[in-house]
Amino acid sequence: MRNYVLQRLVYMVFLLWLVTVVTFIVIQLPPGDYLSTYISRLEQAGEDLTDEEVAALREQYGLNLPVYARYFKWFGQVLQGNLGFSYDWEKPVRDLIGERLALTFSIAILSAIFTYAVAIPIGIYSAVHQYSIGDYIFSFIGFIGMSIPNFMLALILLYVAWSEYGQNLTGLFSQEFQGAPWSWEKLIDMAKHLPIPIIVIGTGGTAGLIRVMRGTLLDELNKQYVITARSKGLGEVKLLFKYPVRVALNPIISSLAWLFPSLISGGTITAYVLGLPTAGPMLLRSLLTQDTFLTASLLMFVTILTVIGTTVSDILLVVVDPRIRMERAAS
Amino acid sequence: MLRRISSRRKAAKAQAPAFDESYYLASQWQLIWRKFRRHRLAIGSLLVIIALYSMALFSEFYAINDYQKRHVSFAKAPPHTIYFVDEAGDFSLRPFIYQMKQTLDMDTLQRNYSEVRDTKYPIRFFVRGEPYKILGLIDSDIHLMGVEAPGVFFPFGTDDLGRDVFSRTMHAARISLSIGFLGVIISFVLGCLFGGISGYFGGVVDLVIQRLIEFLISIPSIPLIIALAAALPPEWSSTQVYFGITIVLATVGWTTLARAVRGKLLELREADFVMAARISNMGDMDIIIKHLLPSFASFLIVVLSLSVPGMILAETALSFLQIGIRPPAVSWGVLLQDAQNIRSLSQSPWLLIPGLFVIVTVLAFNFLGDGLRDAADPYKQ
Repeated sequence: MRNYVLQRLVYMVFLLWLVTVVTFIVIQLPPGDYLSTYISRLEQAGEDLTDEEVAALREQYGLNLPVYARYFKWFGQVLQGNLGFSYDWEKPVRDLIGERLALTFSIAILSAIFTYAVAIPIGIYSAVHQYSIGDYIFSFIGFIGMSIPNFMLALILLYVAWSEYGQNLTGLFSQEFQGAPWSWEKLIDMAKHLPIPIIVIGTGGTAGLIRVMRGTLLDELNKQYVITARSKGLGEVKLLFKYPVRVALNPIISSLAWLFPSLISGGTITAYVLGLPTAGPMLLRSLLTQDTFLTASLLMFVTILTVIGTTVSDILLVVVDPRIRMERAAS
Repeated sequence: MLRRISSRRKAAKAQAPAFDESYYLASQWQLIWRKFRRHRLAIGSLLVIIALYSMALFSEFYAINDYQKRHVSFAKAPPHTIYFVDEAGDFSLRPFIYQMKQTLDMDTLQRNYSEVRDTKYPIRFFVRGEPYKILGLIDSDIHLMGVEAPGVFFPFGTDDLGRDVFSRTMHAARISLSIGFLGVIISFVLGCLFGGISGYFGGVVDLVIQRLIEFLISIPSIPLIIALAAALPPEWSSTQVYFGITIVLATVGWTTLARAVRGKLLELREADFVMAARISNMGDMDIIIKHLLPSFASFLIVVLSLSVPGMILAETALSFLQIGIRPPAVSWGVLLQDAQNIRSLSQSPWLLIPGLFVIVTVLAFNFLGDGLRDAADPYKQ
């Protein structure tokens, strides 16, 4: 058990390193480098750079070095906590992304909780009442939820709230709390704005999980041990929750590994439509303005946190299921 | 309550018809077709998908107006209401519309539209209109629907510039639907390549490729796709962007396919019928062609049909964020750009209609994939 956890953690460190490589590739991809963007910015501002100055800048940013050397230089700076400077916001990247990342992940985690809270009971109901009207209705709603793009759902909810109730539900804070320091009132205000993004982001995954839950539980319900337990006179409800449901929860726990990245993904576009101050809209803007360091840092941290989330779910699975624990320990 | 279910199941089994001889003589594909045919939802979805793709292929025929033409005096016009009963209370089987008149509200500077009820414009089918070429080859000027000049017909209303949303939606189907297909084919090739290599060689190669796939799956796909799509040069033409986006979607999307391919290959390699064939001295090539490919092909069709929706949704999202398909080329996502903020939504909610087509398409592919999955293994009861 301890070995397995250790192994996963080493593997996670390796993955995190891979993340930095991918991020670096993404930085290098856009046509032109960030220096030429920077220079054209300066020129727009009326500042002319001489050739020597440009050469000095190239030297400073290491653009005259081969690609791998540039990577190590950048990597070294990241390790020291220097994420670079955002030209667009004119602030160090480190100061910009903290709060946004925190909000992004709070919303993702809340959406995950919402997803499980909805999917598990419905999945159990659908399996126990297979082919009932309720089962069909839930399946149908689930399919709709799976098929509707996140941003469409957000737009429709916005439209309904606007036309029916005259409420504008965009943003995460009311006007007076934007940019204000954190306080109790601000937190309550945020709680009022949270349901729409959480419902929108959570819906996509919910449908898939209902199907997984329903499918595995149906398999379990037909197994011998259920019949044995029943023949011994165990009450139906107790029987259901004591054995099959617990087994059927396993795939749900392992689904955390893919659910989390997809919640972050879905959150990106939803946040753009709803105007949430999370990482998604900032990433989009940084890409369009070629604000390279900001792009790289956002992409990197979103992925890093996802990799950590995935590792946690892997370890959790082993903790919960003794069968997997034995199997992993043996290998 | 559990007991009820199991007894119901037994009853269903007992009612199953005794299989006639044709069941035992039918080929695998005949069995698949038999089983698929029973899945009504999947059959319906297949018909919807065929209809949608025919809409994409013959969009000029379905379109009422030229999709780029600006009807200046009808900017932001709501959809025409289709009537069967006129002012006098007379019923006519042929639907008709009234023309709209624009008035400008001088206080809010908003355009308002009201119907002019004095002339009826019957909707005619297979009318002559703007000339076009069927599939770019055959000259034609026949359109599915239309009204007589000087009338105009906008079943889905118009956008800010007075362009017909219905015709634009028909036209946009072309890019939206083909990108899903093309993207899936490319990621399928990549998936088969890596999945095949992984499953065939095993050992270290397998381990490395599997870890690579795991890593790629753990990256949130939309931020990665956005980053890659934003790297497409701004000076690219619409066609180049189209292929660029397709390739971006495929590079991010091949991993799940590769996993599925590898898993199925490993499973099939160990299957009893392969063992039986080998024992009866069948050649490797024969085993692959006669046994592995058919069972693999049915599995592939299922995986492919379930992968198309993801591609379509991703393209829609990218274009909606203005980093996908670029105007003047139109896809459903491009059309939805007009409905981005609450102001334009509250003024012209009909701009969301192209989104309904996305939902219907994705829904149909999901149902179809579900039905195919049940049918793909016809020997399983």
